[in-house]
Amino acid sequence: MEFLTAVFLTPFATMIDNPSFLLEVVIGGLLTGIMYSLVALGFVLIYKASGVFNFAQGTMVLFAALTFVSLLERGVPVWASFILAALVMVALAFLIERLMLRPLVNQEQIILFMATIGLSYFLAGFGELVWGGDVHLLDIGIPKEPLIFGGILVNEFDLVAAGVAGTLVAGLAFFFQYTRIGRALRAVADDHQAALSVGIPLKTIWVIVWSVAGIVGLVAGIMWGSNLGVQFSISLVALKALPVLILGGFTSVPGAIVGGLVIGAGEKVAEVFWGPITGGAIENWFAYVLALVFLLFRPQGIFGERLIERV
Amino acid sequence: MAAQVKPLGEPVLKAERITLSFGGIRALTEVSFEIRAHEILAIIGPNGAGKTSMLNVINGFYHPQQGTISFKGQLRRRPHAYEAAEHGIARTFQNVALFRGMTTLDNIMTGRLLKMRRNLFWQVLHWGPALKEEIEHRAVVERIIDFLEIQAIRKLPVGQLPYGLQKRVELGRALAMEPELLLLDEPMAGMNVEEKEDMSRFILDVNDEFGTTIALIEHDMGVVMDISDRVVVLDYGRKIADGAPDAVRANRDVIDAYFGMPHE
Amino acid sequence: MLYRETGQFKTSYAADQAIFPIRQDRYLAIAALVLAYVAVPLLGSEYWLLTIMIPFLVFSLAAIGLNLLTGYAGQLSLGTGGFMAVGAFATYKLTTSFPGLNIVAVFLLAGLVAAAVGLAFGFPSLRIKGFYLAVATLAAQFFLIWMFNKFPWFTNYTASGVISAPPRAVFGRFYVTGAEADPVDKYLFVLTVVVLLALAAKNLVRGRIGRAFMAIRDMDIAAEIIGIRPLRTKLLAFAVSSFYCGIAGAMWAFIYTGGVEPLAFDIDRSFQILFMVIIGGLGSILGSFLGAGFIVLTPLFLDNLPRLLGFAIPVNIASNLQAMIFGALIVFFLIAEPRGLARLWQVGKEKLRMWPFPY
Repeated sequence: MEFLTAVFLTPFATMIDNPSFLLEVVIGGLLTGIMYSLVALGFVLIYKASGVFNFAQGTMVLFAALTFVSLLERGVPVWASFILAALVMVALAFLIERLMLRPLVNQEQIILFMATIGLSYFLAGFGELVWGGDVHLLDIGIPKEPLIFGGILVNEFDLVAAGVAGTLVAGLAFFFQYTRIGRALRAVADDHQAALSVGIPLKTIWVIVWSVAGIVGLVAGIMWGSNLGVQFSISLVALKALPVLILGGFTSVPGAIVGGLVIGAGEKVAEVFWGPITGGAIENWFAYVLALVFLLFRPQGIFGERLIERV
Repeated sequence: MAAQVKPLGEPVLKAERITLSFGGIRALTEVSFEIRAHEILAIIGPNGAGKTSMLNVINGFYHPQQGTISFKGQLRRRPHAYEAAEHGIARTFQNVALFRGMTTLDNIMTGRLLKMRRNLFWQVLHWGPALKEEIEHRAVVERIIDFLEIQAIRKLPVGQLPYGLQKRVELGRALAMEPELLLLDEPMAGMNVEEKEDMSRFILDVNDEFGTTIALIEHDMGVVMDISDRVVVLDYGRKIADGAPDAVRANRDVIDAYFGMPHE
Repeated sequence: MLYRETGQFKTSYAADQAIFPIRQDRYLAIAALVLAYVAVPLLGSEYWLLTIMIPFLVFSLAAIGLNLLTGYAGQLSLGTGGFMAVGAFATYKLTTSFPGLNIVAVFLLAGLVAAAVGLAFGFPSLRIKGFYLAVATLAAQFFLIWMFNKFPWFTNYTASGVISAPPRAVFGRFYVTGAEADPVDKYLFVLTVVVLLALAAKNLVRGRIGRAFMAIRDMDIAAEIIGIRPLRTKLLAFAVSSFYCGIAGAMWAFIYTGGVEPLAFDIDRSFQILFMVIIGGLGSILGSFLGAGFIVLTPLFLDNLPRLLGFAIPVNIASNLQAMIFGALIVFFLIAEPRGLARLWQVGKEKLRMWPFPY
């Protein structure tokens, strides 16, 4: 009986008693969600254009961040570090296309997925080998002051993150809709064979997409690194991006944002208001269960394309 | 072709005023027809007429917004495809829906699944009743393989077979279900003259020996005229003719439909 | 000259469907069993038995479990670790609550518990497919591990949170768990369990249930037209798979490590078993063994290689190199032979059929 009250009544009571606190938690969660979205964006890009579910996205984020921060530590100025790190990710995209995507070009999705798991392990080991396994503190001057808006506590850093994400999404949307390459990417996402038959060079497209995803990963890595320090656990964030993708649909850029927001907010609220009942750490699984429940009602996500299976 | 005197029976399947839409698109409008026991019915019509959709409605893949299907006298409400299978309807597909990871033999054996009943315990031992059942059904499947003359490819994975042979294997799988009603969706598509003759022979033999009622979608008019007892013609989702092959062939509306002329 | 089928005529369907239709394969299998039951215990050191053979066998069992679900029935699962944990904890609760119960019965019951849990988490599989299902299984994985960590009931409220497997014996005399258990007894016990369950799995997949699984895997919409009920078949796949993984987890905890802790069954374990199945070969019982062997032996090989070659590598570099080599090997395997070691084995046998002729 006590348990039931604790689960079904107390959390809501706490919320109603303290609305500004609830709002803080929700906003904090939303902003964490933006960070998830940044990682999910990379997934969506690659999936849209090559049909590959890139499990290694998280490790790419980590690797990009490691490269960036290590250059910084060696005295390279911020803008140069960014460009160099971006170039490294482009080079990585080349290698991935050449050594992994091309040989596996006609295989089923699940094979490619498993190859990206292998890639993930490889990158994780390689990154640590080259740059070392310590935690790197990352500070590129993003303000971290807490601000107060109308009685609600918000962190400046989170606002910057939201701004960055917004710019990225707008930039990507523009890129996809209005540029020639963007159009080619959309064609490839729709139908590889058809795209080939109108002369779109598949290989080049893939390199471009994985590079863009890599650079998006770099941005995500910088944001996460500034927040938590650059360390291995960042690659685990990728696992969190999966529920985000489920909610948003694997092929939708706005979906990745909305999904991230929902997961971020949902997770935080669950942890803060229901966590104390069980001793916490609900965040470990809440996102997945939320995604699971969501999938039961809408298997393709909020914005995803409805799979019409014809025989 | 001389008219065959065949004891045609009661209607095995009655489709009444079937209307099917997908979003804004009307696939079928008020289509009604019957399939009588032991007959070979051909469903013909220009591309996009709704023929495959009609088969999909009959075996439960699509549920019509309006209209009813009765099979063996029983009205069927929104059946699942597996229920259609349980009732005795088997089917092949335009784009060969075989299980690519399995061999020819295993694919046809899957057609026997509804008849295999031994539970998990015996299955795991693969002995006694389960083994006996397995062998019994294997014997049946081997007879089908002999009938369809596909012994040589028995152990090959179907993904590696040429299209014509795949279609034959798919027919074998449908036959393995010992169906009362066999629905064939373009069984001769992509075949050369020899292969078509073989397929026609198989279809006629099945109808002859087992009395299986057959409904097939077919584009080759020669085949249709040769083997079918009756013909139903669909155009833009409506039935525009229904009768003996010769009558249908001479029907003005049918000719117009095929030549793309508008008709009332 | 060695490997010929001439003169071996199958005169019955039963013979054709046998697990080892070719006589030479049968001899090979018998030889392997003899080797496993007689030679290894006699000649193998304790180290071999305890740190190589037992984990290899336990992993093979888990790999068979995952293979049944993912390789045969086509349902991608990343929750293997979680189901193994269920088996381990169920065994602990059962054997501490009913100390008199025979350990074999306990393991079987724990497997059934795991099967029930697998069944519950398998329900989404009707609506959800492919990667989406994989994420759903992640929900199972994270939730289960969190649950075992959070609720002290599972550890019988021990203060330290560390629980060890109580000693249990078969046939009254031979201890297979606990500190006094003889390595040879442990090994033979695990070997027998795995051989029997592998045989059961092989029988399952060559019968009607195996075909139903494969039909669902290859085209679950088309499977309906031959009368397969997708939900039932998928649920059965989850249940059987979790049964196997549960027993594997139970044996891992009770016989191999001697203690039950959730950390041993986390997401990395799920990936590890998935790698075994991919490298060994999806849809192959033999492949499960080969993949498990590969994954167990490769780190040992990589650990010892520098020493054999005469130079030393610091530990942290070695582990990074291992991760890199692992990852690269996975990609390599998927490129060279996506059907895994089992397929390589088959190809090898076919070449052997014709040896010494080139074609």
